[in-house]
Amino acid sequence: MLNVALAIAFALVGAAFVLSVVRLLRGPHAPDRILALDTLYINAIALLVLFGIRLASPLYFEAALLIALMGFVGTVALAKFLLRGDIIE
Amino acid sequence: MNPALEILLSVLVVVGALFTFIGSLGLVRLQDFYTRLHGPTKATTLGVGCLLVASSVYFSVAGEGLSLHELLVSLFLFITAPISAHLLARAALHLDLPGAVARPPPDASASPESARDTPRH
Repeated sequence: MLNVALAIAFALVGAAFVLSVVRLLRGPHAPDRILALDTLYINAIALLVLFGIRLASPLYFEAALLIALMGFVGTVALAKFLLRGDIIE
Repeated sequence: MNPALEILLSVLVVVGALFTFIGSLGLVRLQDFYTRLHGPTKATTLGVGCLLVASSVYFSVAGEGLSLHELLVSLFLFITAPISAHLLARAALHLDLPGAVARPPPDASASPESARDTPRH
């Protein structure tokens, strides 16, 4: 039963990836694209957590934690670039 | 594994994935940037939150001992999601992106309340 639920969840998260990439390619302005990248890293965390449950391996959390840290730094840097025209002043 | 626990885990996993999907659906379907900002935050808090709780329960039962380091990821996401959303909203206001509802022109009302909302350069 858990395997069926995991298969459904993988399909839903994969569809979420596709929709975020659609917004990333289509997004009319730069903040739309940054928001799409932000959503993509959130989806990547969800996929890694699901993968860790599926393989019953706790190793994937370190990767999820790293993606959470780096994705936040990337979003802040891009938003700051739009706000100031520079990242490190 | 205990059948009741397996049902709980399956429900948590499916609900989490469903919220992640709905967040991305909102990102595509909503009209302007300011409403679009609303969609993915649900994916961050409810979606990934449910998945991390499911994973924490799973590894607490299947692995050895209590597994709580998933809470670290969700805590970090809960702290950082509003900050990045705030910065993106400020960037969008700075760039003066068009919204579905027109904002009043900054020179029409001279009250200090609305003058504070205009982007500082």
